[in-house]
Amino acid sequence: MVTVVHQNLEDTDAKMSARNVSVFYGDKKAIDEVSIDIPTRYVTAFIGPSGCGKSTFLRTLNRMNDTIPSARVEGDIMLDGEDIYKSGMDVVQLRARVGMVFQKPNPFPKSIYENIAYGPKIHGLAEGKDELDAVVEKSLRRAGLWEEVKDRLQDSGTALSGGQQQRLCIARAIAVDPEVILMDEPCSALDPIATAKIEELIDELNGRYAIVIVTHSMQQAARVSQRTAFFHLGKMVEYGRTSDIFTNPLEQRTQDYITGRYG
Amino acid sequence: MSEHIAPTRTLEFEARLKKRYAAERRFRRLGLAAIVFSVAVLVYLLGTMTLNGIGGFQRAELEVPIDFTQAGISADPATMASDGAVQSLQGQGLPEVVQFFAEQSLGDEAAEQLGAQAWRDVADAIAADPSILDRQETFWLPASASLASGYAGEGSEQMQALAQQLDEAGKIDKNFDTGFFARSDATNPQQAGIWGALKGSFLTMIVTLLLAFPIGVLAALYLEEYAPKNRWTDLIELSINNLAAVPSIIFGLLGLAVFLTLFPNLRSAPVIGGMTLALMTMPVIVIAGRNAIKAVPPSIRDGALAIGASPVQVVFHHVLPLALPGILTGTIIGMARALGETAPLLMIGMRAFVASPPDSFTSPATVLPMQIFLWSDEIDRGFVERTSAAIIVLLLFLLLMNGLAIYLRNKFEKKW
Repeated sequence: MVTVVHQNLEDTDAKMSARNVSVFYGDKKAIDEVSIDIPTRYVTAFIGPSGCGKSTFLRTLNRMNDTIPSARVEGDIMLDGEDIYKSGMDVVQLRARVGMVFQKPNPFPKSIYENIAYGPKIHGLAEGKDELDAVVEKSLRRAGLWEEVKDRLQDSGTALSGGQQQRLCIARAIAVDPEVILMDEPCSALDPIATAKIEELIDELNGRYAIVIVTHSMQQAARVSQRTAFFHLGKMVEYGRTSDIFTNPLEQRTQDYITGRYG
Repeated sequence: MSEHIAPTRTLEFEARLKKRYAAERRFRRLGLAAIVFSVAVLVYLLGTMTLNGIGGFQRAELEVPIDFTQAGISADPATMASDGAVQSLQGQGLPEVVQFFAEQSLGDEAAEQLGAQAWRDVADAIAADPSILDRQETFWLPASASLASGYAGEGSEQMQALAQQLDEAGKIDKNFDTGFFARSDATNPQQAGIWGALKGSFLTMIVTLLLAFPIGVLAALYLEEYAPKNRWTDLIELSINNLAAVPSIIFGLLGLAVFLTLFPNLRSAPVIGGMTLALMTMPVIVIAGRNAIKAVPPSIRDGALAIGASPVQVVFHHVLPLALPGILTGTIIGMARALGETAPLLMIGMRAFVASPPDSFTSPATVLPMQIFLWSDEIDRGFVERTSAAIIVLLLFLLLMNGLAIYLRNKFEKKW
């Protein structure tokens, strides 16, 4: 079975590209020969039923799968033409370039300020307190959280509401100025109002960073993304413009999924 | 056709329901009885200990007024400030002076029963404040062991009679003995104190903490964060869990065989005791540490890794600070266990009679529980009371440490 890729994708500037990527957990093959180009200026959504491997694939893009001892990756994944799985690749640097936001908000149990300042501090990106303050403010502004927390930067990050925590995590990822931001179902633990805020934020960040979002909600994919990839049973079934995937899918399985026949 | 009755409205159902309630009441009463029993045992234990122990904090003392203006003893301030103060006063005949005034005030028979070392209390007082040599001063000096038991209503008839007579004259009394916390072991219970044992315990615990804490925490961190999960790490985990359950006397034998073979002239030294107890405490810290580290949610590690923290940074910036309260709680509980431990120290010679407090990690010492063990072997009534007093002090320390552990756990427990 070959992935159907819509031919009208005019992006020539792929930020990341995967070629024939397979992921194994022990003997089990979780991802089967996926090839995809992630464009620089758009939001790319991965959709598909539970267990289809979309989160697994996302985690290979910044090598978070390395933390699972039994996981093994085959194939090539390039970031700006550089193989991120080559020996000698610095994982620490890679993760500074490819940030990640998780399903469940996971702020550090430290102050809001410390949450944001942590990344710049360990990478030595800010010199002195003033510069660090500026980075914290800029990141929180970009994440749309500044007005809500500017008077209580020393409060614990865990004391915020769920939606604020998630935006704090996005601000934390932004603070190290990444090139790509991976979001693994960032709204699945949030209420509709907080979800709307995150989606608004994704819209604003679009263009500045290459964004990849895994989502369960097809409406969300339709709202925030310009490219959509449909995963099923570890394979990427179809990849194209979001509008094409939702209105004019070429594969029967994509059609079945988006019309709610399974998933 | 009979009317349909719902199964929950039948008589049989109600009977069963009654039985269920009865079972619950029985269970509740049993639980209550268990608690009442344990509390009663505890109260009895603490009660008898306190009643016995109160005597242990006191000692029988005789009233001796001394008129220094007639004594002809001189003390120049420089000598009094030096270590030779007591010797200098002894050389000038202070013991005889004290004995003389005791005979004057108490009569010959009673003066005989002044503790042999009683003059030292007077010497200490002069060394602390030489100006008392210009006036008359009343001292309460320790009675001999036999007079003390006579005063407690035991011992020979003669002593009981003498004590009675002195009591009527108001010249013998039981006073709180601050020296109990300042002196070391002695053959006379009137002169015995726990300072030497306390200091020995303190030095031993320092060695134990310095060895067991870093090694235990590093082992726990490595096993949880770095070690691959395979048969070897399973084996190590099993060994550590078994080590925590090994009877403590075995650790003493190990200390005897290994440490005392390596350092034969450090017998009964706190450093060897501390090393032996560290062996015992380490597995407790490793187990508590691993549990605390395991309890740090993986999402925190993911979050830190995802912004490019290196594994060491994840451990030291995030995992360790969050696990520390749990690790500290485990450490304090392990240390409390080590503080109360006697058996392994028997093996490495810390049961010697040590009459002066240890002045370094390598000088002979004893520890508090060992002091209790040694005193409990004595027949003298005075030592029975001293034993109880020492037990109270030990229990207070253990209580303090466990309280600290609970406080730390509650204060620093993070919510996420």
